[in-house]
Amino acid sequence: MPSDNLQHLEQNYMCDPDADGGFVYTTAEAAINWMQKYSLWPMPMGTSCCAIEYMAASCSRYDISRFGAEVNRYAPHQADFMFICGTITYKMAMLVRRIWDQMPEPKWCIACGACACSGGMFRSYSVLQGVDKIVPVDVYISGCPPRPEALLQGLMTLQEKIQQTNHPLKDFFKTHELRSARNAATIPAAAMGLES
Amino acid sequence: MPTPTLSERQAAAAAKIRARYPQVQAQEFRGDSSLTVAPEDLLHVMHYAKESCGFDMLVCVSAVDHLGSEPRFEVCYTITRAESGDNLLVRCPVSESDATVPSLVPVWRSANWLEREQYDLMGIRFAGHPDLRRIMMWEGYPYHPLRKEFPVAGKDFEQEGLAFTQKAPTAGGPFTTTPGGKTAGEREPRPRA
Repeated sequence: MPSDNLQHLEQNYMCDPDADGGFVYTTAEAAINWMQKYSLWPMPMGTSCCAIEYMAASCSRYDISRFGAEVNRYAPHQADFMFICGTITYKMAMLVRRIWDQMPEPKWCIACGACACSGGMFRSYSVLQGVDKIVPVDVYISGCPPRPEALLQGLMTLQEKIQQTNHPLKDFFKTHELRSARNAATIPAAAMGLES
Repeated sequence: MPTPTLSERQAAAAAKIRARYPQVQAQEFRGDSSLTVAPEDLLHVMHYAKESCGFDMLVCVSAVDHLGSEPRFEVCYTITRAESGDNLLVRCPVSESDATVPSLVPVWRSANWLEREQYDLMGIRFAGHPDLRRIMMWEGYPYHPLRKEFPVAGKDFEQEGLAFTQKAPTAGGPFTTTPGGKTAGEREPRPRA
């Protein structure tokens, strides 16, 4: 397991880093968050030049697949988050909303670039002044258009947000001691409910 | 004999059309010839320009809104000879009360979408167009947004379940520059007075 992943795991009390034998102790909620953040399948809503930057980010030089988000799903029911890259006109707005409604939960949304965030330079009769008027946006990326690095930064910000998604039991191990699990023989029989 | 320049070729084409249709007016501005044609003559003149003068391509259909003067609108057609690149501007003034010109789809098929665009944004009607629907905005949108009286920020409008528009926040705008030999500070974009 790469060290940066291990660091994430430690930070989120997902495992005992000293454990031998590949044992991981965690709550299912924290593990689900961790799995979701590394298999984000984008629904690329590319309507203008930001989509070109998204293409650059997803190709080999910037390689968005390093973050687990390379599987573009043009079928909304297979996608995990919507990458809104570009100007959304009022004519397009209801289609964006419809595609968003077709995506299954859990789902997230990144507004990429000035137009998607706020309408950008188009203070005009035809352009939706920010996609947050029709869909809930998790991460806003500034830029006109943003560089691919900014897209990757936005994706990583979304991953952090997903990791912090709250479930009642997610932080169980922040309030409870990790069981010492290096060796099953060291676990007191009482702790295992084997009191004789 | 030297090859005629673009201006001379334009002027020759305009003169040829005027010889056949004397009611057509010709203007020249900085070496560019243009024709002004009444709506009732337009179809004949354009057919003649294509079949007999070699203007085989319709490049652009645009419309100008002279708000406050009559006739209010002017539909402008740019036609060209694709081989040599000679172009000619043909204007067709129409009043607001009867903003209808004949469709040129029977002459050039490329007029189809170009005329739909002018219908959508300027509200000019094209008589005889095979499919006169909006092309940029959706069917049911009530305005013609490139008309001069339409605010650049748009208007609030909602069609239940289909689409909506909202007035764009312009914070005192729209901002316009005033060109001229002023300092950079005076040329900065400012709210229109």
